[in-house]
Amino acid sequence: MGLAKRVLQGDVRATARLLREVEEELPGAIDELKVLYPHTGKAHVVGITGAPGSGKSTLIDVLIDAYRKENKTVGVIAIDPSSPFSGGAILGDRIRMQRHATDEGVFIRSLATRGWHGGLSKAAANVIHIMDAMGRDVILVETVGVGQAEVDIMNFAHTSLVALVPGTGDWVQTLKAGILEIADIFVINKADKQGVNEVEVELQAMLQMGAPSAAAWKPRILLTEAINNKGIDDLMEVIRQHRESLIASGRYEAYLRERSRLELVEVLKSSLMDRVSRMATEDDYVEKLIDDLASRRVDPYSAASDVLKRIVQEGKF
Amino acid sequence: MFTQRTLGQVRKGGNEWERELERSVEQKPERMERFSTVSDVEVKRIYTPEDVKDTDFARDIGYPGIFPFTRGCQPSMYRGREWTFRMFSGMGSAADTNKRWHLLLGQGETGLSTAFDFPTLMGYDSDCPRARGECGKCGVAIDTLTDFEILTDSIPLDGVTTSMTINPPAPVLWAMYLAVAEKNGIGWDKIGGTIQNDMLKEFIAQKTLMLPPKPSIRLISDTVEFGTKYVPRWNTISISGYHIREAGSSAVQELAFTLADGIAYVQDVLERKKLDVDSFAPRLSFFFNSHLDFFEEIAKFRAARRMWAKIMRYRFKAEDPRSWWMRFHTQTAGCSLVAQQPYNNVIRTTAEALAAVMGGTQSLHTNSLDETLALPSEFAVTIALRTQQIIADEIGVANTIDPMAGSYFVESLTNEIEERAWEYINRIDDMGGMLAAIEMGFPQREIADAAYHYQQQIEGGEKVVIGVNKYSTGEQVYPPLLQISEGLEEEQIARTMEVKRTRDNRKAIQSLNALRAACKTDKNMMPYVLEAVKAYATEQEICDVWRDVFGEYRESSVHL
Amino acid sequence: MTSGRKLRILVAKPGLDGHDRGAKILARAYRDAGFEVIYSGLHQTPEQIVHVALQEDVDLIGLSCLSGAHMYLFPRVIELLKENKAEDITVIGGGIIPVDDIPKLKKAGIKEVFLPGGSLKDMVDWAKANVEPCRYGERKE
Repeated sequence: MGLAKRVLQGDVRATARLLREVEEELPGAIDELKVLYPHTGKAHVVGITGAPGSGKSTLIDVLIDAYRKENKTVGVIAIDPSSPFSGGAILGDRIRMQRHATDEGVFIRSLATRGWHGGLSKAAANVIHIMDAMGRDVILVETVGVGQAEVDIMNFAHTSLVALVPGTGDWVQTLKAGILEIADIFVINKADKQGVNEVEVELQAMLQMGAPSAAAWKPRILLTEAINNKGIDDLMEVIRQHRESLIASGRYEAYLRERSRLELVEVLKSSLMDRVSRMATEDDYVEKLIDDLASRRVDPYSAASDVLKRIVQEGKF
Repeated sequence: MFTQRTLGQVRKGGNEWERELERSVEQKPERMERFSTVSDVEVKRIYTPEDVKDTDFARDIGYPGIFPFTRGCQPSMYRGREWTFRMFSGMGSAADTNKRWHLLLGQGETGLSTAFDFPTLMGYDSDCPRARGECGKCGVAIDTLTDFEILTDSIPLDGVTTSMTINPPAPVLWAMYLAVAEKNGIGWDKIGGTIQNDMLKEFIAQKTLMLPPKPSIRLISDTVEFGTKYVPRWNTISISGYHIREAGSSAVQELAFTLADGIAYVQDVLERKKLDVDSFAPRLSFFFNSHLDFFEEIAKFRAARRMWAKIMRYRFKAEDPRSWWMRFHTQTAGCSLVAQQPYNNVIRTTAEALAAVMGGTQSLHTNSLDETLALPSEFAVTIALRTQQIIADEIGVANTIDPMAGSYFVESLTNEIEERAWEYINRIDDMGGMLAAIEMGFPQREIADAAYHYQQQIEGGEKVVIGVNKYSTGEQVYPPLLQISEGLEEEQIARTMEVKRTRDNRKAIQSLNALRAACKTDKNMMPYVLEAVKAYATEQEICDVWRDVFGEYRESSVHL
Repeated sequence: MTSGRKLRILVAKPGLDGHDRGAKILARAYRDAGFEVIYSGLHQTPEQIVHVALQEDVDLIGLSCLSGAHMYLFPRVIELLKENKAEDITVIGGGIIPVDDIPKLKKAGIKEVFLPGGSLKDMVDWAKANVEPCRYGERKE
């Protein structure tokens, strides 16, 4: 039986293996994904971003708990950075979620950023698809930190959570990183610390400046102490409200279309890039073009147009 | 410490020596480009009066038993009484450990020290599913007062002091000790000993975890208050650097984090219990590691006493000189021992024990040669005990007090370690104290980095471990090892079941309910724990009350 | 369209002991050798460890135990892997382990045992020599 079929039956080992194959871009993985795609689109995807130390993993740990109490199955994707030196990684986010390790209703997968330069969001999207096809009701995605890569990943979430901690300057950095625009819910975690009010007030002010008043959903600010399980009921309620508002306002459909568009663009981009780099190694067509560019016999636009024509003529990627 | 004339001579001589040195090094380069201590503090070729010219004898060195206690905490030190030979021991059942205790006392051991197994250390009974396979394996299994009665059978509790390495459930095990004393008609003012009871270093290093930090600290303050009032010769806390070092810290980190923990405890007792600092400070005790680097360790011990004296006198405004002194137990570094050519471990332990004695320790545990492989056999533990006895009686190092004082190198290293430790303490103060620092993962991260750095130095051959990266033979000779019977777990569970079956259950439940109620007030919990222990409530039953009321701690920052 | 296949390793602490210095150092060494390491954290049951291994699709599990409970905990992990048809995952162990126990552990399915003082390089080399990243179409299931 193919991996995809076993994934659809909720098989843990098959799912884990397919995730690996997708991650390593092994041949055959895409065919399995094609089988799964019609079965996706059911899960609610919640993205959680925030600076290191903002308590994202602990927040996920208590959210898992809350969803399990509602009898929902949960998938978690925890992303940690790869070492730029060795390419290896230590994936330690799930340590804080280990009490759920033996719960069959919880599937946690750690991902390293690897050399994904911007391709991270494509890989994350595929991982989301697989967990979705496996039948997870909710998928929680934990990003590494706050940056463009994180914003890209959050595009694949239905609900975007941003975790902030008072008392450090990190939250200012977080907001500067373009997170303000994508956040649906701000979670001021570790709310027992000093400086909570300051963060809340500033955040309010920024939101009032930025947000169009006609928006169907106005970003909400919540206080939590994840480690002490405080404020989580409210958070769950607001996540639910956000989902309902998405559906009620008709934005859910629009959102799905937008997400599909993004994904198509991502896949096109990477497929083209892949094809081009293969052209460069398989024959010396591209190398010759580059020679021509360097000696100014041709301009980059005409050269790119040539490459595209050639790919289209071949009729395959 | 020196006149200008002396310093002038020192410089002149130094110039001459440097010329000689240059010639010599040209012909034959030095063995290494850089020499450093085990903790990687750079060590110079030579130390002279120049390096200690700002040291003031009265202010920085002085006399033993007098502020700042650099040279020792008692005026006569080992000329009055040797340090206590205190071998950390415990294995198998209470009866097995009782037998080992009698053996050691018969061999001239002068203090007891209890090693508990992991379920006991974590507040679980032997029949808890999480305890599977652990019973009696790395210490003695204690579930109820019955076990404790067997453990202390025929031990003169008023004639020997007992240390108990126990942290989250410390109040329970201490209550058992107090209850046994009471049963034997020995007054609490006649018994002495130590409970480790140091949770901060558990969060940092050893990770025997039960409750979140805040209730943990409250339990500790309760024991400190109770001891101050009713058990005056008991050290209710042993502020420990040992485990911090075993987790891979440097000597400076061990010192700094231990003192910062001490500061946090004193602060909490002052704020929560409103006790006068001089009423409890003299009973605070410490516990350090003695690692391989001989001079670095001696300097660390000397700096530790001097720093604590300053902290208590100037920061906490203690007035009683006994509040300023730092008394400490030392254990040689378990992490310095290796499985390869295990008999060499005797030599490592000897050097470490010698450093502890030169550093003025109050009591000492020496590791056995087989501890990288198993709990010590009788054969191995006897050699370890004899190591201390030979140091005490044969080699003359206990004849005079603090013989290292005045060594240019040791004094300079003492100053350097102190300086670096203050830097850490200041940083921790800036973070809002040790609790906040731990929450941010600061000490954890520093230790993990130091541990990896040291290991890489070994891998790169910069630091030598004989039998591992030098003079390795591949030959494997192992001593006969202690075996813990696999049937022990069943026997222990049966005994606990029997206690539960025969005790007055109503009384046990009542005592646990009373404890639960007390948790929700700010009453001292010790009297309630005592009642529960005496009603033969199990260790886990008591700890479950706490876990239930205060929640279980989950590690929130893990640094890799 | 291949990126490098990486060894995925679970470094796990079964049992109640909190001595994680060795486990953490090993995790770093594996990372620096280019492997992806999942660290379990402390105080894990064999059940937790095996679940993690399955979900994370690891090729190798390194168990570290210094409490003396290895004779129960290590074989239990192997047993659970078998129950889950995952005996293709290689398991190694380390810690305070009496030499007499080593042949017994190997018989139970632990592929190699490392003792205190062992070199990181040996452990990394061992993984490189003895464990292959799982490959598509080559899985033994």
